[in-house]
Amino acid sequence: MGTDANTQALNHPPARLTGAEIVWATLVGEGVTDVFGYPGGAILPVYDALRKFPIHHTLVRHEQGAAHMADGYSRASGKVGVAIATSGPGATNLVTGIATAMLDSIPIVCITGNVSSKVLGSDAFQEVDITGITLPVTKHNFLISRAEDIAPAIRYAFQIAKSARPGPVLVDITKDAQQATAIFDFEAAKPRPHRIHPMRKVEESGLAHAAELIKNAKRPVILAGHGIIESGAMEQVRTLAERAQIPVALTLLGLGAFPASHALNLGMMGMHGESWVNHAIQDADLLIACGMRFDDRVTGSVATYATKAKKIHIEVDPAEVNKIIKVDVPLIGDLREVLEALLPRISSRDGAAWLKTIDGFKGDSAVRDIKNLPDLGHLYAAHVIHDIWRITGGNAIIVTDVGQHQMWEAQYYHHEQPRTLITSGGLGTMGFSLPAAIGAKFACPEKEVWVIVGDGGFQMTAGELATIAQEGIKINIAVINNGYLGMVRQWQEFFYERNYESTPMVSPDFVKLADAHGIAGLTVRTRGEVAEAVNTARSAPGAFLLNFKVEKEDSVYPMVSAGSALHEMIRRPGGNDPLEES
Amino acid sequence: MLHTFVAYVEDLPGVLTRVASLFRRLNINIHSLTVGRSEQAGLSRMTVVCEASAEAGHRIQASLYKLENVVEVDDIAQAPSVTRELALIKVAATPRTRSQVFELVEVFRARIVDLAPESLTIEMTGVESKIEGLIQVLNEGEGRILEICRSGKLTMRRGHHTSGVLKAMSVGADESAEVPAEDGAAVEQE
Repeated sequence: MGTDANTQALNHPPARLTGAEIVWATLVGEGVTDVFGYPGGAILPVYDALRKFPIHHTLVRHEQGAAHMADGYSRASGKVGVAIATSGPGATNLVTGIATAMLDSIPIVCITGNVSSKVLGSDAFQEVDITGITLPVTKHNFLISRAEDIAPAIRYAFQIAKSARPGPVLVDITKDAQQATAIFDFEAAKPRPHRIHPMRKVEESGLAHAAELIKNAKRPVILAGHGIIESGAMEQVRTLAERAQIPVALTLLGLGAFPASHALNLGMMGMHGESWVNHAIQDADLLIACGMRFDDRVTGSVATYATKAKKIHIEVDPAEVNKIIKVDVPLIGDLREVLEALLPRISSRDGAAWLKTIDGFKGDSAVRDIKNLPDLGHLYAAHVIHDIWRITGGNAIIVTDVGQHQMWEAQYYHHEQPRTLITSGGLGTMGFSLPAAIGAKFACPEKEVWVIVGDGGFQMTAGELATIAQEGIKINIAVINNGYLGMVRQWQEFFYERNYESTPMVSPDFVKLADAHGIAGLTVRTRGEVAEAVNTARSAPGAFLLNFKVEKEDSVYPMVSAGSALHEMIRRPGGNDPLEES
Repeated sequence: MLHTFVAYVEDLPGVLTRVASLFRRLNINIHSLTVGRSEQAGLSRMTVVCEASAEAGHRIQASLYKLENVVEVDDIAQAPSVTRELALIKVAATPRTRSQVFELVEVFRARIVDLAPESLTIEMTGVESKIEGLIQVLNEGEGRILEICRSGKLTMRRGHHTSGVLKAMSVGADESAEVPAEDGAAVEQE
């Protein structure tokens, strides 16, 4: 809330409006300025009423894009993103985007039209049971068939989406409810206060125990997750780390929650985490998990995970505690609040010896790092991402897709600030990046936005290039084009005897494809061209696509194969040719 | 182990699906589920019995609480409680064979609630094992069992335990109030 238009809308006395008008009036009241959607029969009354309200609607090319845009909007800004679709296929097309937001705890509200209440359940044209379909992938959903229920449902949906552990909420509104009228009273539609989960529990004894463990730990590591960003606990985590000199390992979604350049930042943990990070976790005698959920991509084999370590788990969702990893001290509550209660009990500590040990774990990692190899005429994704980081000064919002390039981004783009990396972690949704970047750009129009995407994922939602063109927004797109579904190919190489079944991919000329949308582009084939191309894209007035033709069979290293212990890593072969087996 | 969850839920369409779906997603088979009105207007009381690991109880309870329509959840587990089940059993019995069934009904303190020329219906309330016992002896007798209808378990903690529903509902009125949770359920043990 806050803009003049919003305040104005709220100051209006209760008035009789159509259900369709109530939808927009409620969104305006909730502070919404941008929505992403696609019209259709069952949502037409809502679209018809749009012109009366100060909300910008972005027409997407596929409803999956609308959900991802709402998601990207939310991840970039911290606000609730909104997607709109019609009934039936419009609604089902949202589902992948909704599940993506669910798995990563992103607050979005999706509004769908449905057939009139009289024919609900009759297999009417474009009717689908979308509240049934989305039940397991939403925090909650509503089926609304009366105009007077619309405002309370949408306001409640916003509250649910934002509260505790955030997530997506869907409001399905029948066409007759959109057409009927009701008294709109924004204040009266306010939901009752959010109920705090009764199993949240932060006890004095728990805080004291945690402080004691931290005080006595010889080899502590902070595990920093997405919850830090959602809770806004960046300062508190930093204070804890600095005061007690505890190194910080980050999850993929935690990147940016602790500055990459900070002396205590170890980097990303898990399947494609750097070797010293995983070794530090495996050798630790204390893990302080902050807003993370011990995902299988982070733990490797659970049986062998950090067996020497006591574990403190600070987490807002009681259902996540002791789900994967048994912890010694659960502190179940909002991360920022818990840390604020804990910090007065933490005094300064000398962590030098442990930090030196971790430094020793680095060994020859730098020598093996592909970006430090001499230029032998090959173009590696690492070069591209390293240059984008260097040239943007680490200040851009990077939106990645899913696969090898996503992991290389996590390794080579160093995020200093929260909300500068937008990526689908939990669901791993290919096709996420282009629409999510559009949402991010609407949330932060003044920020530089880059899409880093593989040739596979790009083609899943490339239709949204037309959305970029129609909206005239400036997004830079770096396609990491290796002619394969790279991550699947890598698994085939490591675990399926190089049987590259269905992973080689013939793609259109992406520069021509961009050109057909009125978007300029360039193909880059050598390392020497990268920096200039990145600069060209940045200085171009409109959206720009860079087609990086990278090494076809490069792999992401190190790698902990699924089910292995976290310290059992497949490392990049040594020698000058990174593709040559050593 | 066998878990028994008692949940107070809002009496609205779709709430049963939300609760049932949570168990379905965890691939847990529900042994029995009873739903009916409670002492609170607008709230239904559910008793869900399922087989799951001992550790699963915490997660199921925590997950149930994440459902917007769930007001209170109690994991009865091994706590002292009164448990009853109601069964209606229709048995084929002619005037010649009835007396044997009457005797069994007497022994089990059940009741005959319907008598027809070719059959009779027994009403039996008790713990699960007692109902199983009656079914077993009926099966061993002359009269064939035609139908069994069982309510599933109804459970209530013993002693001056109150459901805590009022407390749970009033929490919404004061956001700052932390709920004093004894392992999840705000309960008074006897």
